[in-house]
Amino acid sequence: MEPISGVPAIVAMVAKVLGLFTILMLVVAYATLAERRISAWIQDRSGPNRVGPFGLLQPIADGIKNFLKEETLPATANRLFFVLAPMITITPALVVFAVIPVAAPLATPWGVVDMIVADVPIGILYVLALSSLGVYGLVLGGWASNNKYAFLGGLRASAQMVSYEVALGLSLIPVLMLVGNVTLTEMVWQQQQMGIWFALPLSLAFILFLISAFAESNRLPFDMPEAESELVTGYHTEYSSMKFSQYMIAEFGHMVTASALMATLFLGGWDLPGTWDNAFWHEGQLIRGFAEDGSVLMADAAWWKTLVTFGAFGVKTLFFLLVYIWVRWTLPRFRYDQVMALGWKVMLPTGLGYAMLMAVTILSLDTVGMTYGFTYGLVLTGVSGLATLAFLFFIDRGHTIAGAAALNRQRAHAARHARGDNPAGDGQVVLPSAVGD
Amino acid sequence: MAISVKVMERPEPEETSYLRAALSGMALTFKHLINPVKVTQQYPEEQTDLHPRWRGTHRMEVHADGRPKCVACGLCPTVCPANCIRLVGGEDDQGNRYPIVYEIDEFRCIFCGMCQEVCPVEAIHVGRHFENAEYTRDRFVYDLDRLMEQEHPTTLLWDPSDPRSE
Repeated sequence: MEPISGVPAIVAMVAKVLGLFTILMLVVAYATLAERRISAWIQDRSGPNRVGPFGLLQPIADGIKNFLKEETLPATANRLFFVLAPMITITPALVVFAVIPVAAPLATPWGVVDMIVADVPIGILYVLALSSLGVYGLVLGGWASNNKYAFLGGLRASAQMVSYEVALGLSLIPVLMLVGNVTLTEMVWQQQQMGIWFALPLSLAFILFLISAFAESNRLPFDMPEAESELVTGYHTEYSSMKFSQYMIAEFGHMVTASALMATLFLGGWDLPGTWDNAFWHEGQLIRGFAEDGSVLMADAAWWKTLVTFGAFGVKTLFFLLVYIWVRWTLPRFRYDQVMALGWKVMLPTGLGYAMLMAVTILSLDTVGMTYGFTYGLVLTGVSGLATLAFLFFIDRGHTIAGAAALNRQRAHAARHARGDNPAGDGQVVLPSAVGD
Repeated sequence: MAISVKVMERPEPEETSYLRAALSGMALTFKHLINPVKVTQQYPEEQTDLHPRWRGTHRMEVHADGRPKCVACGLCPTVCPANCIRLVGGEDDQGNRYPIVYEIDEFRCIFCGMCQEVCPVEAIHVGRHFENAEYTRDRFVYDLDRLMEQEHPTTLLWDPSDPRSE
């Protein structure tokens, strides 16, 4: 089986770009409806069910409404950046999808088509580079609005996204060490080779990535930049009409992309259990795996395999989308200090320590000569499981996301010190921020 | 009953657990998510069951021959606290008084129902009806014909011997 080339390759590329973009926009549109309906169901309501059957035309009605709304432009806003900011936000949210493989390669009469828009060699680096560009749109929008709430929202967005970028990067390091490459097709392939999806062998990295992804896409409980009850709606307070809609599409686009990324990195991407669907370009050949003696087993791509694996990828992505929405309508927003403490005092050290642990484990396994495969994955699962339990025990003891109880105790402690009846007897005043932990 | 304050004991921080609390919260929301019983009332299809003493849009009772029961005694504009009733009375050949003009401004009306209580001939009523939206403001001044056309059930007056209308 040969890869597609020449004019059919260009046609296939255009079809993939248009098809994926359309699907992405549709998923984003219907994610807004899903958000509203699931939030309603969680609150024992019905949700929007009037426009079309089961409210299925609601996103279209919302779109028309947004087009017909008045475009507001605050008199004191910086006109250039105010208009530019939503575009800067929406672009990275949509283009990141280009490097995510969505299905097994498709066999056509003209050759085999990879079901990925751009299988760039830098893969995950491209994702990290572009997804961190998204924060510029929020900061610019908040600043250009010349509104203090919008500005505060923009500031919070920058602080939060920069903080969690670190944890996001650190949680990816174990994946990169295990895969030995940065392309997402290789990551899917290595999960197929191992026989276990990375959610188990790298469970702590999965948890860290999940939390960071929530923070990166500004979803509750991390929606500090929006924080309706404190900042009106944060960075997009002054936006209306399609500019507001662009911010919304960007937020949901981030969610879909992050879901697809989590599905690819930790749930095997389009992979399904078994070796029947495995496919990877190895030295110009589409292979299914390696035989005992090291010779390659050829894969035969088929249109139904592409379809089934695309369905698997869709189900995994939608599962994470559901988790996003489910968590949003369950957990209340963190305080700002909790967000920062979680990012810098828990996620960063845990990410570093876990990367070290995984490096040592992988090195030891390679040193004792264990071949990469199912047993290799089981050993990693055991080590990671212990690390995850330790992490959960630590975070579960009220050290960082401490509630009102810890805050009360800190205040009482500080008040006692301020009155002078210091148990230690040195009579020094202790600030609340210096107490606890 | 005396007002009392219940002091909630905060658990010690070492005993609190964000993760456990979050997971039990997720379980609770999931239970509600799959619960098929919803509280939403599908309004235009499912009508609200209004209380017999609900006071809404007015209506004027009519005689069998189509004349209004109103005798233009002037009690309702007098008692009306919002001053929303305009009544011009007249007299026919037989000496029967009747309203020449009878208008109620539903915007000014506070739906206290005193017009119905004071009416000696049970002509003007407030009704068990609230769907009186209109596209223009002047449509909210109901004239006599409009009041007579209303078909909704009228409000039950409060009965001191049955204060809860049971």
